[in-house]
Amino acid sequence: MIELTDLTKIYERGETRHAALNGVSLQVERGEIAAVIGPSGAGKSTLARCVNMLDRPTSGRVVLDGEDLTALRERHLREARRSIGTVFQASSLLSRKTAAQNVALPLDFLEVDRAQRDERVRELLERVGLGDRGDAYPHELSGGQRQRVGIARALALRPSVLLSDEATSGLDPATTKSVLAMLGQLRDDLSLTIILITHEMDVVREIADRAALLEEGRIVEEGRLEELMRDPASALGSSLLPHPAAAGAEAGRDVWQVHYVSDRVDPDWVGNLARDLDAPVALLAASIESVGTDPVGRATIALPPRDPRLVRDRLAAAGLHGELVSNPAAPGQEPLPNVPAGALSEAA
Amino acid sequence: MLPLATNTPLGELPDLLLPAIGQTLQMVGVTMAIVVALGTPLGVALHNSARGGLFPRPKLNAVLSWVTNLGRSLPFLVLMASIIPFTRLLVGSTIGIWAAVVPMTVAGIPFFGRLVENALREVPREVTDVARASGGSTMQIIWRAQLSEALPGLVAGLTLNSIAMLEYSAIAGVIGAGGIGFLAISYGYQRFDTSVMVATVLVLIVLVQIVQLSGDFAVRRLKRG
Repeated sequence: MIELTDLTKIYERGETRHAALNGVSLQVERGEIAAVIGPSGAGKSTLARCVNMLDRPTSGRVVLDGEDLTALRERHLREARRSIGTVFQASSLLSRKTAAQNVALPLDFLEVDRAQRDERVRELLERVGLGDRGDAYPHELSGGQRQRVGIARALALRPSVLLSDEATSGLDPATTKSVLAMLGQLRDDLSLTIILITHEMDVVREIADRAALLEEGRIVEEGRLEELMRDPASALGSSLLPHPAAAGAEAGRDVWQVHYVSDRVDPDWVGNLARDLDAPVALLAASIESVGTDPVGRATIALPPRDPRLVRDRLAAAGLHGELVSNPAAPGQEPLPNVPAGALSEAA
Repeated sequence: MLPLATNTPLGELPDLLLPAIGQTLQMVGVTMAIVVALGTPLGVALHNSARGGLFPRPKLNAVLSWVTNLGRSLPFLVLMASIIPFTRLLVGSTIGIWAAVVPMTVAGIPFFGRLVENALREVPREVTDVARASGGSTMQIIWRAQLSEALPGLVAGLTLNSIAMLEYSAIAGVIGAGGIGFLAISYGYQRFDTSVMVATVLVLIVLVQIVQLSGDFAVRRLKRG
């Protein structure tokens, strides 16, 4: 388990002070994959450097399995750092060393004897599916293969935490998927705790159990993925599972945006709602998937005008959050011509 | 009347040139050995004491940088003349091969230090981060990550520096250092011996080409991708 408490990092350049991190707290349990996402300049790379202690935070603590890394002096820190494996952004391999020599680097630093080292390197390369490419130099490998070598190197000293600092940025979508699948597999096999620093929402959606949104050096939102997706007020949840673009509604219909808020939503809720309200319910768009075992979803429906309070209650009873919208189209688009002015005023 | 110029017969040239080539190689070789031994740590210190280095020490960096610039700011002839007392103190003489090695080394170390610093700067910053995150000690990181990755650049710098030293060794001929430069000045310049002049020029051209071509070859071999 790794615990970040109130991490602050202030950079001083002459007169100006810039707080790259401003009180970041995050707790990641053993075997959990947590993603920290944010726009560029939010402090993601500073956070990564404070987690593996390449930079010392100005204040706050990084506690790894009960040990406070921030309290350690440089010599002991070097040892403690070995229990955090870091996968860097692509192309962080040493260009003049083979894949095997790159993986061996942390073992060489530790002065592990040669036979043991070679055995471990072989095992690691096999684990990342590169058993036959040990003698290849980085320029002879594809981007995905290079990143797997990076993962193998990060695992060399059997760390309990794996920190991935933008490890998939610059990779194509298929390669990204395979690298992420590998991280997921490693988590399952080695019960690794993984912290993913990324700017790609797809990465978070694909693999994370937990996500935190970093903005201007602060974590503005944080939670388990399904909780975020079920929270209608969550910006991160909306980015993770956006409302799909909806088809135009028939004239004179109210358009509702529906949000799964419970982990127990009857799959037949559209039919149930139509029966309860005694009205036809048209499904204009829906996106339903399962995170873990339970469904999360978004839908846009149209129905003949009904008391909004009644509709909201019925939806709530079904574990859904409903919001009457004037227009099913995405904001910024022209209102669809077949949505009458009446529907607009009712929503306001 | 004595002829103004006497050209050494071609047959006697090897007897003049071969020992001179040997002396030149000796001067450059000894100088480069010392320059590499002392210039490399200087370059490593310059690189790593700067902001973003392994041990940022802005004040130390400023001092090192100032001293390095000092060594690089004098033309070689002036440097050579101005440190004569130091040279005499060190080798007990102000003429000959060893007297030339002292100013050549003094000029070569700061030059090579800057070349090493440049070569290290060309290595991506992530290499140092990776090595630190992999649990390397400062010395391990310097040797097995920084210098190892910078090797092609270091060899290119070594080539450049060796050629500069070849040039300096010829300048040192002015103070009777021996070698090709001395030959060129004492025979070619002072005695108007055209055949020795031409021969020394050719030898210098060939030496520089050999050093440059083998340096380029080594750099190509050391680079991966």
